[in-house]
Amino acid sequence: MSSIADPVAGTPRSDAKASDAKAAAASSAPAIAFPVAGERELRLDLFRGMALWLIFIDHLPTNILTWFTIRNYGFSDATEIFIFISGYTAAFVYGRAMLEAGFVVATARIMRRVWQIYVAHVFLFTIFLAEISYVATRFENPLYSEEMGIMDFLKQPDVTIVQALLLRFRPVNMDVLPLYIVLMLFLPVILWLMKWRADVALGLSVLLYALTWHFDWYLTAYPSGFWIFNPFCWQLLFVFGAWCALGGAQRMSRILSSPVTMWICITYLVAAFFVTLTWHIPQLSFLMPKRIEQWMYPITKTDLDVLRFAHFLALAALTVRFLPKDWSGLKSRWLRPLILCGQHSLEIFCLGVFLAFAGHFVLAEVGGGALTHALVSLAGILIMWGMAWVISWYKHSADKGASKTKSTAINADMAGGSA
Amino acid sequence: MRPGSGTVLVLALLAGLAAAGLARAQDAAPQACEVPSYLLSTESTLPKVAEAVKNARPLTVLVVGSRSSTILSSENSAYPARLQAALKEKLPSTPINLSVELHTGKTAEEVDAGLVKLVEAKRPTLVIWQTGTVDAMRSVDPDDFRGAVDEGVAALQNAGADVVLVNLQYSPRTETMISAPPYLDNMRVVAQQHNVPLFDRFAIMRHWNDAGDFDLFSTFHGTDMAKRVHACLGRALSKFVLDAARLDQAQQN
Repeated sequence: MSSIADPVAGTPRSDAKASDAKAAAASSAPAIAFPVAGERELRLDLFRGMALWLIFIDHLPTNILTWFTIRNYGFSDATEIFIFISGYTAAFVYGRAMLEAGFVVATARIMRRVWQIYVAHVFLFTIFLAEISYVATRFENPLYSEEMGIMDFLKQPDVTIVQALLLRFRPVNMDVLPLYIVLMLFLPVILWLMKWRADVALGLSVLLYALTWHFDWYLTAYPSGFWIFNPFCWQLLFVFGAWCALGGAQRMSRILSSPVTMWICITYLVAAFFVTLTWHIPQLSFLMPKRIEQWMYPITKTDLDVLRFAHFLALAALTVRFLPKDWSGLKSRWLRPLILCGQHSLEIFCLGVFLAFAGHFVLAEVGGGALTHALVSLAGILIMWGMAWVISWYKHSADKGASKTKSTAINADMAGGSA
Repeated sequence: MRPGSGTVLVLALLAGLAAAGLARAQDAAPQACEVPSYLLSTESTLPKVAEAVKNARPLTVLVVGSRSSTILSSENSAYPARLQAALKEKLPSTPINLSVELHTGKTAEEVDAGLVKLVEAKRPTLVIWQTGTVDAMRSVDPDDFRGAVDEGVAALQNAGADVVLVNLQYSPRTETMISAPPYLDNMRVVAQQHNVPLFDRFAIMRHWNDAGDFDLFSTFHGTDMAKRVHACLGRALSKFVLDAARLDQAQQN
């Protein structure tokens, strides 16, 4: 959701120019599609921050705030936004690195990023283990004797922990980071392909998506089952994000600004809204034609159903249309917390997962009425904001003396951490 | 946010939480466990059940389930027994034979294998199949799960029984560990495809928790709460079955 319709800055890098773009970049870098260092696309930060808040709220038990999350109003949810923007920003930052410093250096930087995400994942897993162990020893309601069997993995930590390190054992709500790790691992190849022929890269991505649906490919998990977010399918959003960042958005701008597109998007969003309405108000479900129901359901999140992807596209297209890049609201104080969170996405994402665990825990220990639920969600968001503020304070004040290379720090923020 | 204001905020939050906790402990409401009517109504029907009752034949019910269909060491308080009692009360002229087949720790696919034999042996009018929990815990591929439930329901229908599906329990304590939604969705799909009534145990229990009928987060160790929840489930299920068989009005008139 980003600068899809607008040129970023400078002229877009066309495919034919790919080879000499590197040479140009070495001297003055006007020929590439990336903006001058320091110029931020605030809309990316804004929507990524929003996605982070929504993911946090969705991970908590249902409460009043849940009604503000977009998954209640259509097919797609915050995960789509997060993965798309991650693809966009990653391509943006490391794509430039690849042009300026070459394939090897860019790959090395990406791998360092992958390592950071991996460490963050393992850290979260440790916290999860602590929570589970505590619940397992305290909670013995005979009503749930069956469900408590899920704790049985604690009986063989040797296997479980190794499987967790291999990313095959993942507790509920800890599926996004492993997906992100896998996608980032393949980023060098994706970027290299994009540099050569952006459309071919996107085409291959679509092909992989289609083949995955056709042959039902998936990654297995431990102790049984599969990856909740199938990387073979979700790569489509990531690659599409990258494609948009590297000039695709620019080329689509005519389609995006046409009224026909707008009306198609609006119609689709309204239809999706109606369908979701029948989930929440079962009394309405008699209005749904049975044939459509049978064709449409289930709308799988695991394999990124086409209906979900289309829903995201429609949302993104409308956002880009009605929220210009230079919208003054982006500088307003009220959106500042969201933008701050979006600028430190890895840290805030991890914090959000942790806070969701903690929130469950508080609700379970203290008990929760509707008010407590809402309070826990609000407190979590405030803590995320506070943490984002502290991190940016570190970057801009505490670490200022240490590193003078301010431009690298800013670029790194675009990808959600240090590059 | 400055560190100072953060502390204040956390303290205020904790105070609020403590107050909410106290307030909850005080109001021990009587066990109403009302179920909103939309959770108990279904378009699908149970023709064989209706026929048996109308012709005054005995009604044979078979409950196939996993461990959440019973309460360890007090089986007579679990929902199948409560269902039987409620049906007897509402259909005084119909003999009700109810038996329970527990497949502890088995997925839908594993239960499938024995279903037909079971039905041939017991010749039930109605099979109540509670499933999904084990599959969710083992995170079986939802497509495979759907296939297994689909096959099972088809086999039961071919064997001449009416079928009611019962989905997972609402278990807030394990929500961070067991992902229920894909299994709930797929059971709904199968129910729609085969025109089979789905008893939405998950939504009903969540409604009770939200409405304050039960505190399902409770760490209480005794079987007392489990018994009360099952009593309510049994009663709700009896209403659901009679409603699906379109028998409720007939009996009352």
